[in-house]
Amino acid sequence: MTITTAPAGVSLRGVGRAFGDHVVLRDIDLDIAPGEVVALLGASGCGKSTLLRMVGGLDTATSGTVRVDGHDVTGIDSRCAVVFQEPRLLPWRTLAGNVALGLPRDLPRNQRDTESRQWLGEVELQGFADYRPRQVSGGMAQRTALARALARKPGVLLLDEPFAALDALTRLRMQDLVEDVQRRSGTTVILVTHDVDEALKLADRVVLLGGAPTGVSVVLDVPGDRPRDHHQPELAELRSELLAGLGVPRRTTPLERETHAR
Amino acid sequence: MTLIEATGSAEKPVRKRPVRKSRRPMVAGLILPVVLLVVWQVTASSGLYSSAQLPAPLSVLDALGELAGDGSLWTHIAISLQRVLIGFAAGSGLGFALGAIVGLSARVRAVVAPSIAALRAVPSLAWVPLLVLWLGIGEGPKITLVAIGSFFPVYTTISAALAHADAHLVEVGRAYGLRGGELLGRIMLPSVAPAIFSGLRLGLAQGWLFLVAAELIASSMGLGFLLTDSQNTGRTDILLMAILLLAALGKLCDVLLGLVERRILRFHK
Repeated sequence: MTITTAPAGVSLRGVGRAFGDHVVLRDIDLDIAPGEVVALLGASGCGKSTLLRMVGGLDTATSGTVRVDGHDVTGIDSRCAVVFQEPRLLPWRTLAGNVALGLPRDLPRNQRDTESRQWLGEVELQGFADYRPRQVSGGMAQRTALARALARKPGVLLLDEPFAALDALTRLRMQDLVEDVQRRSGTTVILVTHDVDEALKLADRVVLLGGAPTGVSVVLDVPGDRPRDHHQPELAELRSELLAGLGVPRRTTPLERETHAR
Repeated sequence: MTLIEATGSAEKPVRKRPVRKSRRPMVAGLILPVVLLVVWQVTASSGLYSSAQLPAPLSVLDALGELAGDGSLWTHIAISLQRVLIGFAAGSGLGFALGAIVGLSARVRAVVAPSIAALRAVPSLAWVPLLVLWLGIGEGPKITLVAIGSFFPVYTTISAALAHADAHLVEVGRAYGLRGGELLGRIMLPSVAPAIFSGLRLGLAQGWLFLVAAELIASSMGLGFLLTDSQNTGRTDILLMAILLLAALGKLCDVLLGLVERRILRFHK
């Protein structure tokens, strides 16, 4: 089965979001090209998830415009698919049944089942279609959530800290999987994260959010082709810059010390 | 990454075996009734009370046989059961619908909920004169009273449960294009199914309570009628039998509904 999607571009113009008097985001301008992988990096509570949710139509900007594929986002957008921090699977459905939620509503029943199983195969969960969410591990549940999002064949895949709740090993595997899926499908990806290494590993561009209220502090191109190793020496400087931007400056990383010592 | 890696020791899926239900709790639950039966038998045969006041268990069993023999027992049970089932269906159906609306709409809730809460405080017997006046002494008022009894627990639990349905799951539903009735049917109702069932079971139990209130007044059939009739004729044995039958039927209904619940909710836990 082909998992190719028609990647969509995203454009934010002067986007702001206030909750009552409390302004969280202000004047966000950002253009994301079709097929690009962009990481939104920021400290906890800076509003990066809110920004992501506005692209998906789960939240509405109080000022400015959000456009996907050249069309204004009004309400839930069918060109976007979201993976949340928690798997958020329906416990009463099988994994296949959960993936089916992402499929077009008008699909005949047997075809729904076949396609759900195929999408589970894409996230290496073939053979687990009839399991219930409670019977599988957190990593497998999160992969099911990814399959559910892919089944929507999204123009933009929105990932809201999807690896944050996973253990370190599972997180690495999930990152590889997302990288692989992105490469094969070509979809645009917006990844919200507070993990600098994760951003450097997966993204073409890193958007650092900061300030109060939050705006775009800096946009950095990540050199090198994906998949890349975030320990690559040329990324060390970027890493320091991003960490400094997040308010945790590092003089040198252990790896830099190692490199200098050579 | 291969599947083997993905499902290594830390990620091994746990196929939960349904825990075989031990029979021990059931046996434990029978201890008290047996003890009570023995105490009852001993007290009855001790001569402390006349048999008109406290008939022995066996004479209650005789009364059961007597009424079963002439067929009137089945008529009483059937009519009571019919009233409960029709009343419960109507009351819980209405409670379900109204509970859903109130649970989903904060605006409707603000307008309607306080009035319904006030009506809920009216004791069951207080409705009886009004219902007799309005609906006569046929089946109408009895079924209506049972419906009133069943309505409130179902309404209350469903409106509260839907108002607090899992926001994360509801958001997933919305994010994947579900709206209105589809969102309600596919996400919200299944996610509050356990609460729905506890509401239904409470409603059914309260239906039986209100049935007796209905049948105590102006009826010529049913287990509630049997209570007043045997009181008037001094047949304590029949009176006790009717009480025990009410307990048994109420419990039986609850068990049956519990079986349905377990079947439907087997994946919710």
